[in-house]
Amino acid sequence: MGRKFLLVLCTLMTAVSLGCGQGQSSGDGGGLNGKLTLTGSSTVAPLAAELAKRFEQLHPDVRIDVQSGGSGKGISDARSGVADIGMASRALKDGESDLTAHQIAADGVGLIVHSSNPVSELTNEQVVAIYTDQVAQWNEVGGGDVPITVVHKAEGRATLEVFLAHFQLKNPAVTPDVIVGDNEHGVKTVAGSEGAIGYVSIGTAEADVKAGVPIRLMPVAGVAATTANVAAGKFPMSRPLNFVTGDDPSLLSIAFIEFCQSKEVHDLIVSQYFVPIQR
Amino acid sequence: MTSSSPNTLFPFNADRWLAFVTRTCALFSAIIVLLVVTFLALESWPAIQHVGFGRFVTDASWHPLSGLFNLIPMIVGTALTTIGSLFIAVPLGIGSAVFGCFYAPPRLAGFHRRSVELLAGVPSVVFGLWGLVVLVPLLAPLGGSGQSLFAATLVLGLMIVPTIALTSQSALQAVPSQLISGAAALGLQRWVIVWRIALPAGKSGIKTGLLLATCRAMGETMAVLMLAGNVAKMPDSIVSPIRTLTTNVALEMGYATSEHRAILFVSGLVLMSVVCIVILLMDFAGGWKNG
Amino acid sequence: MADADSVVQPQVVCASSTSSSMGDRATFRDGTVSRDGPMSRGAAMSRAGATFRDRATFRDSAKFRTVGVRVKESVATAIVWAAAGLIVAVLGWILADIFLKGVSEVSLSYLWNDMEDAGRGGGILPIIVSTLAILMVTLATSIPLSLATAIALTEHTRDLSTAGRLVRRSLDVLAAVPSIVFGLFGNAFFCIVLGLGYSIWSGGFTLACMALPIMIRTTEQAIRAVPDEYRYASAALGMSRSTTMFRIILPAAAPGLAAGLVLGIGRALAETAALIFTSGYVTRMPESLSDSGRALSVHIYDLAMNVPGGNARSCAAAIVLVALLLMLNLLSAMLTRYVGQKTGTSMFERNDG
Repeated sequence: MGRKFLLVLCTLMTAVSLGCGQGQSSGDGGGLNGKLTLTGSSTVAPLAAELAKRFEQLHPDVRIDVQSGGSGKGISDARSGVADIGMASRALKDGESDLTAHQIAADGVGLIVHSSNPVSELTNEQVVAIYTDQVAQWNEVGGGDVPITVVHKAEGRATLEVFLAHFQLKNPAVTPDVIVGDNEHGVKTVAGSEGAIGYVSIGTAEADVKAGVPIRLMPVAGVAATTANVAAGKFPMSRPLNFVTGDDPSLLSIAFIEFCQSKEVHDLIVSQYFVPIQR
Repeated sequence: MTSSSPNTLFPFNADRWLAFVTRTCALFSAIIVLLVVTFLALESWPAIQHVGFGRFVTDASWHPLSGLFNLIPMIVGTALTTIGSLFIAVPLGIGSAVFGCFYAPPRLAGFHRRSVELLAGVPSVVFGLWGLVVLVPLLAPLGGSGQSLFAATLVLGLMIVPTIALTSQSALQAVPSQLISGAAALGLQRWVIVWRIALPAGKSGIKTGLLLATCRAMGETMAVLMLAGNVAKMPDSIVSPIRTLTTNVALEMGYATSEHRAILFVSGLVLMSVVCIVILLMDFAGGWKNG
Repeated sequence: MADADSVVQPQVVCASSTSSSMGDRATFRDGTVSRDGPMSRGAAMSRAGATFRDRATFRDSAKFRTVGVRVKESVATAIVWAAAGLIVAVLGWILADIFLKGVSEVSLSYLWNDMEDAGRGGGILPIIVSTLAILMVTLATSIPLSLATAIALTEHTRDLSTAGRLVRRSLDVLAAVPSIVFGLFGNAFFCIVLGLGYSIWSGGFTLACMALPIMIRTTEQAIRAVPDEYRYASAALGMSRSTTMFRIILPAAAPGLAAGLVLGIGRALAETAALIFTSGYVTRMPESLSDSGRALSVHIYDLAMNVPGGNARSCAAAIVLVALLLMLNLLSAMLTRYVGQKTGTSMFERNDG
């Protein structure tokens, strides 16, 4: 029985790989050709996949594979050459000057609360007090008699670094009730808990508000948290979405990066709820 | 018997060949774990060299970017969620297996088995999402945010039920039916047959299932990540948030570079050591030799 | 060995009491006749013997105790039904939840089109194809490997041999490796060291490593549960061990093998973290097994946790995954029933009919 089974499986596999092999197209109609691999930030990956799809339509002989895995992976893969382009949802750090960052979009970081929360605005001092456990009830900052659930991000996340930098907090001083990973994890956590406060990508939050998720974006330092304000440079908390390359990027990489920085993809960037940058 | 060609007169020794092939495969399977552990050790070596073992238990807290690397809360988290989930899954899983073998009418048994199999294939993300969106708001009135040791344990328990249920069911099905028939012919009650005859006879298979489920619970990542609250400090109640060794890796790996990354691999390595200790303890406790 | 004497007697009792009086239990135990390891069988036998003796002594007082027994019986029945009911209820709850949220998005064109707008639009055909291709690679590597390893563990090593124990323990350790570590390992080993890159091969091999422990251990249990009488009879008839294995033992163990297969398929289809780093994120229709292809579970994860406004779509993908799983499980159940019926029971007359 085992042998037969094996035989059947092997036959199936051969059939499939043969059948698939024939599908590969050859010949190029001039212009760009070749294959690019992008790895890195899971935030940038959906946008990059859409950009890649449009680029492939314009240049039929080009194949661009977008992989995710996190900004850290993007940076180390760009450095080691495993990937042609790394994706990072943060600026490069001091120790990463051997790489070149190409910004393709921006993303704001905004505070969110549950939509039933009556508090409309918090001062920077109040936010710091909430995150360092000096304030534990919403009624101390003008809300109802509900304990505050502090939603924080995992160490190393780009949004966390933006948040800590803006409020001049040190991470060990923060006393979170919940630590989340991805933006959507934060949104779902806040949506499920009336007393929660957290910070996520503004684009993500706007998209979810539009989809009916019960959360509300709070202004920071009097500036409303909207992608428009981020685009206009008024909003204080934002991060760049970067493509990262090593010393000597290929012509195809350069062409793709230039395409991603051009105006013709702004509609794609907006459709993925990020902020196009003007240059 | 005519269907199987007896080949005792055939000179080529198929048995020896079979033994060779199967043993090679067994060796190969065993080597995979060596590869994985070697990989973990290689990746975490810079951190161990740089930080040393001591600080992983003596530091004040887990803030790897601020140079604080205490892994104890995560070890406790892994232990608590695993033990708790077993308390939920063992009665449910064995109960379900007994139901399928001895209590259910034939059609219901088939339906029930399909259900358990389906549960085995529900992705951990779906478990996590369901827990996060449906269960956590229900648990929030108990205190805290709802994302807690309790929520994670509950869902983890449900996730490992199918492993226990399916392996126990095959173990019970394999109990010789003479035993069951004989007992039933003597007029023993159903639960007596189950409790005193079928379960003891299927012990070894059930134990294998428990061991696999324990290991699965210790290694589970995504669902726990969405439900445990992930704060890396000692829990003081059942509704406190908690972080396990696996979620520690999954949460921070995405953004970690060089040294932070190596330190996260240490937490994977620590998990492997905890697993080895648990397995060795079970081994020494005896009774696992057949399993 | 002190058990030996006590074993004989109950066995006589058991063997002489044929199953015609057994009613439903014997008929719905669909599997083949099989048994557990020798030690536990002895223990069970002596336990059974003890139970019989207990019963004889209290038979006199039975009239006073029947009520108590009946109460215990109904409590036990209630508990067992409750456990089973709870599992089905939870499954029903989860499925109803994803069904209500996602069913409006599922349509024929959803199943048949390419993905658009990061998963918020279009269909998931390439993702279904990639998922099946990954699963095929996984099963094609893990089934032979787990079968062979299980045979080696049961038939070619003594129960207590050091080698066998080492293999078992290392498999147990493997069962606890977190999926993200498998992902990173698969990425380093299959994608980079073996040069397979992000591909369906890498994903399938990584999943095979993950599914191995559960498949080997269940297969091993199933083979071990086949009664030694089969082996003795086969040996007495002059069949070689390999013939015995493939013609008699494996068919007889088919139901147990099916459990392992189903758990393996479940584990493979449900896996997310390991696949993000190995088979990858690409949603193009794969042209060969060395292309990268996104699996359904990765797609569900991405839509739920990474793409804003992707909730309904992620539930729709989950519905497709569950439907796929249901079909595969039914298929493997049918396959084992077929194999079991065709070969298993016709070889030896089952002594319980």
